[in-house]
Amino acid sequence: MAALTDIRDAIRSRACSSREAVLACIEAIQACDPQLKAFVSYDGDRAIERAEEIDEQIEQGQPLGPLAGVPIAVKDNLCTSFGYTTCSSKMLEHFAAPYDAHVIQCLNAAGAVIIGKTNLDEFAMGSSTENSGLFQTKNPWDVSRVPGGSSGGSAAAVAARLVPAALGSDTGGSIRQPASFCGVTGLKPTYGRVSRYGLVAYGSSLDQIGPLAQDVRDAALLLGVIAGHDPRDSTSVQHDVPDYVAALDAPLTHVRIGVPAEYFGEGLDPEVRAAVEAALDVYRQRGAELVPVHLPHLAYAIACYYLIATAEASSNLARYDGVHYGYRSEKVTDYVDLYCASRQEGFGPEVRRRIMLGTFALSSGYYDAYYLKALKVRTLIRQDFEKAFEACDVIAGPVAPTPAFRLGEKASDPLSMYLADIYTISVNLAGLPGISIPCGRSADGLPIGLQLMGPHFGEAPLLRIAHEYQRETDWHTRTPPVCANGTKE
Amino acid sequence: MAKKIDEAQVRHIAMLSRLKPSDDEVRLFSEQLSAIVEYIEKLNEVDTTDVEPTAHALPIHNVFREDVPTEPYGPDQALNNSPQRVGSFFGVPKVLDQDSGA
Repeated sequence: MAALTDIRDAIRSRACSSREAVLACIEAIQACDPQLKAFVSYDGDRAIERAEEIDEQIEQGQPLGPLAGVPIAVKDNLCTSFGYTTCSSKMLEHFAAPYDAHVIQCLNAAGAVIIGKTNLDEFAMGSSTENSGLFQTKNPWDVSRVPGGSSGGSAAAVAARLVPAALGSDTGGSIRQPASFCGVTGLKPTYGRVSRYGLVAYGSSLDQIGPLAQDVRDAALLLGVIAGHDPRDSTSVQHDVPDYVAALDAPLTHVRIGVPAEYFGEGLDPEVRAAVEAALDVYRQRGAELVPVHLPHLAYAIACYYLIATAEASSNLARYDGVHYGYRSEKVTDYVDLYCASRQEGFGPEVRRRIMLGTFALSSGYYDAYYLKALKVRTLIRQDFEKAFEACDVIAGPVAPTPAFRLGEKASDPLSMYLADIYTISVNLAGLPGISIPCGRSADGLPIGLQLMGPHFGEAPLLRIAHEYQRETDWHTRTPPVCANGTKE
Repeated sequence: MAKKIDEAQVRHIAMLSRLKPSDDEVRLFSEQLSAIVEYIEKLNEVDTTDVEPTAHALPIHNVFREDVPTEPYGPDQALNNSPQRVGSFFGVPKVLDQDSGA
């Protein structure tokens, strides 16, 4: 499976048809997905029909959208008016959304062919996709390891070249961390850059939709399609959408890269540290200035995040009542029990744990000590970044403290799983854009990611600087042992 | 040391959350949530005197639009995912017994 831009250009120049591209995708999924289990659902017939429509438009010389005929996958917490939107939860296993999410409308308008929907940690709560209520997704670099999460299905599908690109969502690292674990490029845009309309809510002040792709160019192309104001999400902003792809070829002069000591402290795996430092050297050799910066409240980001995200989740997930839609228990004694039994049976353990933690944080007598305190620390985290960006254009660091861990390794200890989110969640708390790009491999052959973080709405320079690294290196072109293109190494 | 969240508290929070954990899960969640809350109390090390809370990362306040009616869902669309549909209504178990005189 070639990259998004290449397939787009091939279809446009009639070197291949959309139908051929979609068929290649379906074949790849049929060959590799039984092993990886990246997809919750895919509908080949529907995709082929749609591809034939696009081919017809090309035949007739009609104006084409920027993704005309290109197959793409989306995380299964994005509402689609076709098929089911399961959130990988028993609660929504048979939920047929009555509408398309804003980003799905954008993809359709751009001519993309949505081929299927990918697995996630239930309701996007997790860092390994092991919390999926349906099945576990495997890492294509080593099937005994997790793909990361919560957008693990999207990351695995792109890494194994089952699809050229996919959408994910990122509340605390759920695009960037699986991108890092699977060796693909993943972008979390600025909060408000992409409408969340039709994204099943987890932590509404943190959630953001973004692309997972083979390289920065494809991520830029996809961001341009999904970004923009939408009156149905009151937090989506009015800012103009620049041409992110054109910006990649802009001249790059005097880049200042902030390097926070806090991102290279205790707990960082030596191989990850070495790979990230080597990536910084690449920038230095290209003339970038490395500037020491400080993010002194990093140590509190996890505590802050797991109060705010769970508080928002406890409120957002109150809508699953066993009445309007979703799972209903069959063993119900009265109407209160209808709620309790349906929710107990419909939600998996991590979702229940987070709902309870959030309910605790918001409950009478604890609100000020926990939830309000976390909101205040959030201010300090945001201000740390504002101060740091006075001295640099982007901030660089690792995405995750280690490469992909083994399936089951952290599954029984929720706190240890939370602690692994240390480098990604402050970006969500501050609402900033962040990108993960592959920058090396461990001795075990597992991908390692470099994270670049930018100021609010600084996606164009962020992508430009990330693209510079991919011009100099080829980590992003390497493919894993489980791959539709065959093994290259 | 006493648990941060004991089993009675877990049962209380579960009721507020409209969940129905088994006895085993109450014990497990008491342990796990206690460990998490103990970790979270790190936040007390931070001096937040005179710090304003941040509920949203961007300075977005009220957003207004014209109050223009749009096409609502009909009963079929609205009830399509309902676990129990009774005519044009969502079906639920009886709230009151027939004998209660209500």
